[in-house]
Amino acid sequence: MTAQQDWDRQAVQKVIEHHQHTPGGLLPVLHGIQDILGYVPDEAVEAIADGLNLSRAEVHGVISFYHYFRTSPPAKHTVHVCRAEACQSMKANDLVVHIKNRLGLDFHEVSESGMFGLEPIYCLGNCSCAPAIMIDRDEIHGRMTEDKFDSLVARLQGEGK
Amino acid sequence: MTIKIYVPQDSASLSVGANEVAVEIEQEAHRRNEKITIVRNGSRGLLWLEPLVEVETPDGRVAYGPVEPSDVAGLFDAGFVSGGKHVLGHGLTENIPFLAKQERLTFARVGITSPLSIEDYIDHEGYRGLERAISLGSEGIVAEIGASGLRGRGGAAGRTGKKWQEVRASVSDVKYVVCNADEGDSGTYSDRMIMEGDPFVLIEGMTIAGIGVGAAQGYIYLRSEYPHAFDVLNAAIKIAYEKGYLGNNIRGSGFSFDLEVRRAAGAYICGEQTSLLESLEGKRGLVRYRPPQPAVSGFMGKPTLVNNVISLATVPIILDKGSAYYKDYGMGRSRGTLPIQLTGNVKQGGLIERAFGVTLREIIFEYGLGTKSGRSVRAVQVGGPLGAYIPESQFDVPLDYEKFSDISAVLGHGGIVVFDDTVDMAQQARYAMEFCAIESCGKCTPCRIGSQRGVEVIDKIIANNSRPRQIHLLRDLCTTMIDGSLCAMGGMTPFPVLSALNHFPEDFGAAAGDAKVANL
Ligand SMILES: Cc1cc2nc3c(=O)[nH]c(=O)nc-3n(C[C@H](O)[C@H](O)[C@H](O)COP(=O)(O)O)c2cc1C
Ligand code: SF4
Ligand code: FES
Repeated sequence: MTAQQDWDRQAVQKVIEHHQHTPGGLLPVLHGIQDILGYVPDEAVEAIADGLNLSRAEVHGVISFYHYFRTSPPAKHTVHVCRAEACQSMKANDLVVHIKNRLGLDFHEVSESGMFGLEPIYCLGNCSCAPAIMIDRDEIHGRMTEDKFDSLVARLQGEGK
Repeated sequence: MTIKIYVPQDSASLSVGANEVAVEIEQEAHRRNEKITIVRNGSRGLLWLEPLVEVETPDGRVAYGPVEPSDVAGLFDAGFVSGGKHVLGHGLTENIPFLAKQERLTFARVGITSPLSIEDYIDHEGYRGLERAISLGSEGIVAEIGASGLRGRGGAAGRTGKKWQEVRASVSDVKYVVCNADEGDSGTYSDRMIMEGDPFVLIEGMTIAGIGVGAAQGYIYLRSEYPHAFDVLNAAIKIAYEKGYLGNNIRGSGFSFDLEVRRAAGAYICGEQTSLLESLEGKRGLVRYRPPQPAVSGFMGKPTLVNNVISLATVPIILDKGSAYYKDYGMGRSRGTLPIQLTGNVKQGGLIERAFGVTLREIIFEYGLGTKSGRSVRAVQVGGPLGAYIPESQFDVPLDYEKFSDISAVLGHGGIVVFDDTVDMAQQARYAMEFCAIESCGKCTPCRIGSQRGVEVIDKIIANNSRPRQIHLLRDLCTTMIDGSLCAMGGMTPFPVLSALNHFPEDFGAAAGDAKVANL
């Protein structure tokens, strides 16, 4: 069974029902689903559209507009690297090259093992402690160096065992 | 006696290990039988010193930083719990020149109080603005904001009082106050520092705005890149409800105000107010044609006040101390203070709140002490990804909306990014176009297609592929984007591009003369 079919329909339905009467409820619903599943499965679109009285095209249109929402399962750990100017001034471009090599990934890719994913991000609001990266949803790291990144990866791999 | 030790919980501090330091201090104190309490405060904004640990002493708070977990035992050995000397010591925090030379009005409490203690907030002059606002009533509130000279701190610098009056004058049974917390500009984090470090000041400001314009519902549209701010805001809102500072009949005033945080989803354009409103309505963030202005038809077609976090967080002090007090700071038509964020390749980066009028040079060299790399400063970008690159020859310009406009630059949200002499300005120009291509909402061709063309053209310039012709093309393209874009995304992306080309033509393989010739 693939992960795509694995998700919890009931939990998704609950999120939809919770926001059925929320003004502008689609983003809260998408967030709610991604919070639980890590992504918004294509197969959930119909239920979302029905629940919020929208067309499926509308729901698809919104999901694709926003960089944050993803339609495939994320890696166990997603590395978000800041590509914006303040981080560039502190050699973020070199760091990006190192990270890509270290993980063997390009942006928007997930490793075959499913352990790591790599995404660009445009400013984490940590511009005085540049360069900055974020692991998963809330683990922000500043003053990042190649060495620090390598130990971070080692730590995450260790936890995975 | 229990000693109070402050270890910030601001996400910048966390990003460099503040949690690990707090744990280590706790454990080391336990081992040594020292009685301490750790307060998790906001950041004082001296970000190069984070994690900055402060110890309360009879003379005031003594600062140590940047502290690593491995420094903690040594700090105890040096008697830091009573303010003892240590190589990481900086004496009284208040006397650190970077902080001592500031004018903290909006940021008066940030780093000083415990962010989620409403008692602490009230003890430090919190909710005095609301009290006065309630006694003034709607008309008086809007008049006070107008008289303060406050202009929007989100970037466009519109007159706040005028906008409030427009929403107030719009007749409708339902109105909204929307706080723009999308803070997408690189080189900025002042909104985040307020939300994480003093959330009640934003809640108070929004409540006053609600009473002022006649709105009973507020939303904070918060970027998804700020998970910590999300948690702090929600916790603060819950407390405000429990204590009667939100909800029905606030503190017996007869006014009601509800507040909810909504998460954005990683689209820079959703910081533009009409795109934001579309997003808040659950749609794609396409920029709206104006008129109608949001003040007339905003969220769900109702009159809506959209203001930046800093604008709203400045409202309480204006109401508390009076418009004259606030207006007294500043220069020209830029009144009050600007929370400046000094970032990038700079030795001492952080939050500097100063009255308008301070020069770029003073900020970069007297506060920042030059680059972190130790090389010379080549350029700074002010005002985010749509802001101009400024060369050293223009560093004497004072921070003032009009003076910046005179040199084809913007102050924006007050972010300054410092670059040393290793920067390649053609690459920076290319990135500006690339960013626009990635983040364009796609509604108008000059922005959507123009930015992609811009990347291609700059690539040809870099590759020296019929360079003079391509430079000419790039200028034409910029003109088309400026003239033909619906919003500032396409309309201002040419600012960083042209400033890079005009001030640093050598990076484009053109002598200063060439660039001008191509311009004819
Ligand atoms: C592309 C673009 C991005 C913007 N991003 C933000 C933002 O992140 N935060 C913000 O407060 N204003 C942003 N603005 C400005 C808003 O459109 C609007 O002027 C502001 O929220 C009004 O509040 P203020 O008057 O208090 O500044 C942006 C504008 C544009 C064109
Ligand atoms: S200028 Fe760009 S971002 Fe603005 S409305 Fe046009 S396409 Fe959208
Ligand atoms: S530019 Fe990277 S954190 Fe702001």
